[in-house]
Amino acid sequence: MATNTQTVNEVDAELRDLAASVVSRAVKAGATAAEAVVREGSEFSTVVRMGEVETLKESGSRAIGLRTFLGQRAASTYSSDFSKDGIQRLISGALELARVTSEDIYSGIPEPDRLGSLQGDLKLYYDDVYSLPPEERIEYARRAERAALEADPRMKNSDGGTFDAAVGHKVLANSNGFVGEFRRSYCSVSAAPIAQDENGNMQRDQWYALARTLAKLESPESVGREAARRTLRRLGSRKIKSTQVPIVLDPMVAESILDNVFEAVNGDAIYRQSSFLVNKLGEQVAASNITVVDDGTMPGGFGTEPFDGEGVPTRRTVVIENGVLKSYLLNTYTAKKLGLKTTGNASRGLAGTPGIGSGNFYLQKGDRTPQQIIGDVKQGLYVFQFLGFGVNMVTGDFSRGVSGLWIENGELTYPVEEVTVAGNLKDMLNNISEIGNDLEFRGSTAAPTLRIDGMTIAGE
Amino acid sequence: MTQNQNLFFQKFGITPNDLQRYLGEALSAGGDYADLYFEYLTSTSISVDESIVKSASQGISAGCGVRVLAGERTGYAYTDDLAPEKILRAARTAALIARGPAKSPIEGFKENLNHQLYPIASPSADADIAAKLDLVMRADRAARAYDPRIVQVRGGYFDEMRQILVIGSDGTFATDVQPMARFSVTTIAKSGESSAKGAAGGGGRVGIDFFLTDKTPEHFAQDAARQAIIQLNAVEAPAGEMEVVLGPGWPGILLHEAIGHGLEADFNRKGTSAFSGMLGKRVASDKCTVVDNGTLPSRRGSINVDDEGSPTQNTVLIEKGILKGYLSDKLSARLMRMPDTGNGRRESYAHIPMPRMTNTYMLAGDDSPEDIIRSVKRGVYAVNFGGGQVDITNGKFVFSASEAYMIENGHVTAPLKNCTLIGNGPDALTKVSMVGNDLQLDEGVGTCGKDGQSVPVGVGIPTLKLDSMTVGGTAR
Repeated sequence: MATNTQTVNEVDAELRDLAASVVSRAVKAGATAAEAVVREGSEFSTVVRMGEVETLKESGSRAIGLRTFLGQRAASTYSSDFSKDGIQRLISGALELARVTSEDIYSGIPEPDRLGSLQGDLKLYYDDVYSLPPEERIEYARRAERAALEADPRMKNSDGGTFDAAVGHKVLANSNGFVGEFRRSYCSVSAAPIAQDENGNMQRDQWYALARTLAKLESPESVGREAARRTLRRLGSRKIKSTQVPIVLDPMVAESILDNVFEAVNGDAIYRQSSFLVNKLGEQVAASNITVVDDGTMPGGFGTEPFDGEGVPTRRTVVIENGVLKSYLLNTYTAKKLGLKTTGNASRGLAGTPGIGSGNFYLQKGDRTPQQIIGDVKQGLYVFQFLGFGVNMVTGDFSRGVSGLWIENGELTYPVEEVTVAGNLKDMLNNISEIGNDLEFRGSTAAPTLRIDGMTIAGE
Repeated sequence: MTQNQNLFFQKFGITPNDLQRYLGEALSAGGDYADLYFEYLTSTSISVDESIVKSASQGISAGCGVRVLAGERTGYAYTDDLAPEKILRAARTAALIARGPAKSPIEGFKENLNHQLYPIASPSADADIAAKLDLVMRADRAARAYDPRIVQVRGGYFDEMRQILVIGSDGTFATDVQPMARFSVTTIAKSGESSAKGAAGGGGRVGIDFFLTDKTPEHFAQDAARQAIIQLNAVEAPAGEMEVVLGPGWPGILLHEAIGHGLEADFNRKGTSAFSGMLGKRVASDKCTVVDNGTLPSRRGSINVDDEGSPTQNTVLIEKGILKGYLSDKLSARLMRMPDTGNGRRESYAHIPMPRMTNTYMLAGDDSPEDIIRSVKRGVYAVNFGGGQVDITNGKFVFSASEAYMIENGHVTAPLKNCTLIGNGPDALTKVSMVGNDLQLDEGVGTCGKDGQSVPVGVGIPTLKLDSMTVGGTAR
């Protein structure tokens, strides 16, 4: 494993040995195949509210998960008990359980030739996220909140400013000879101010920044000011009459449409026929200007890992190219079910069978600025918040609460709330008529500003 | 000190002296209060997918969280290793929140007399794995037998046993053994080009017998299949304001989103809720009385003691339309000089407790459900929901109907596609004009998320009519 630059200390060796030994003991005890994951991490979080420290939290934890196979039967166990007894129970429990599950001809761990890990420094781990003394962590959170509250006299209250950091270490081992490990770090700063208008009506919004290293974290002041801008523009919100107009999605809400696309190309949803993109490979499923990529290899990315949850190297997969569906996202099991090859998207928690996880999943940017996109809209709604979970992945039916700003003759005007936007994802993907040039990762999924035509706004 | 021979004393060798020492360490830099939350959780899950049991899993997690309160400040640390030096280290970390001379915890603990809300002859966690396996296989068969158009079925069984010990520097001493079991079924129906899904589930703090007698796998499977088949022929939902009738039971998620979260004491203490400062004011029509009741036997949202060791209660939130109370934990109760309602809950030892709902429901009224539907000229009748969400500060909330119908001239007509209902918390319930005599609680599937923490909850309503609500469909 050469993904990390830090020296491997004794604790690392201990975890790696533990994962490998649990696998070999499970095999010795009768498992025909086994896979163990060991996770260790520590986190701290700091909340400052109205200038005063509200919460300090700091801790570490570790846990182990084991998946065993008896022929084509599988089962799993997990535990936070690393004692001799605890590990013994983990192994015997998994084998006992595997005796009662069903034979599944598609089950199993990846073949040896699929296993491996990306080489080189993926820039996932920096120990500087823990370098700040407690007083300075508090100061980061305080600075973010202060910048938000000082931005405008209408800033009256706050849900606080935060500064968080976490580091994690993950080891995966299986009985086909794979042992891999990597470390990741992250730090984040946020502010969530509350503004009040002359009638006493309150609005809250928030903004945040995150990074793998403190050196690349945006300043608390810029986060606080952006939180203030987002909050202030909501003051005086009103309901509007039901109508059909173009909507323009702020990147943060465009990202949640992309989350829906991820769910729809998830191999589990495909073989279970619970996606509106079932049987659509090779077909036009989106407007021809749409290209969607999943890339687990981007150095420093929030969705980057050297190998997936089954020990398969991550990769770059073009999911939708010029509107044509090119690939689903798969792990070993779903690939076998669908007669395809894994895309290295296995996602493994401590328990259960691996699911599908994204790498860095994004919609390729266009060349228009958000201002140009808004400027072209005669009457429409600029949406900056989705509320609720009204998306049916089987049918694509979409109906969610929104808040935003009314667009009149290409200008953002008054704020709007308590209305819904509804349509169907199949149509929505085909009706994306404009794509912004403002793609920016604030997590593992990202999308630029999007304009979608033909949706219905329900209000008064 | 009560000689409660609890798991933590037996298995982990923790002694009352240890507990005093940990609390002493937590208060070594002063502070108003400190507590320890020990948790030992075992869980099992089994699922059937494509008519075979593809996976089963079991797990154990254990840990201790140490909290120190100083004014409005909270220091928190946890460990998943229950060795004394690790707990002491967590206590020292949490202590850093306070700056002052050391304090001593009260000598000796007082154990509250607890409710016994979930006496179970044979907890699910102890039941044979084969019996659980049989349950999920029965669900698969029943859903497929319901209609040949059902093409996919997933059934899941989950149970857990949570043992907790809560110790506070004010002398709090509480133990509880909290069982939980849940059954869920999702189905996909296909007919020609049309696909649809259905989902049903339930459970509570019950033993495995519950699924053999009260609510069988067939009950959930048939309901999930029925919903998917109905959805095959669903039409576009209307868009705009109209009369809305909510069916009894799970549609009570309305209360959870519209008012429940807004009445959690932490938001009101900080003045960040749309309900801040509204105690004694009208927030609903006089037909509405709403309670949060953590003491209902065997319910998913019930607990004998909350996660701060306080006994749960039946708290009146709204009485005949007037806002009467908030839901509080120890911190908010102290700072707001209000009673602690026993609503301090947390997801696990790794989480800080905060005010949370238990079972939130509206008391029954006088109207018959038939009269309520008959009174509607054109509106929506919503009987099943997916999730919901609320913006606490501006009060706007949504909840999404997964099974709903048009009402035309007093008759229930076409099934509607998924649609979201949106409203404003402080005035949504003022539009309640009829309240049914058919109060039901949900079947036991609710999980509430707040600040990244999930806890099990219950909701309930009788059939309700709201004179006006915005329905988020696409049809004119």
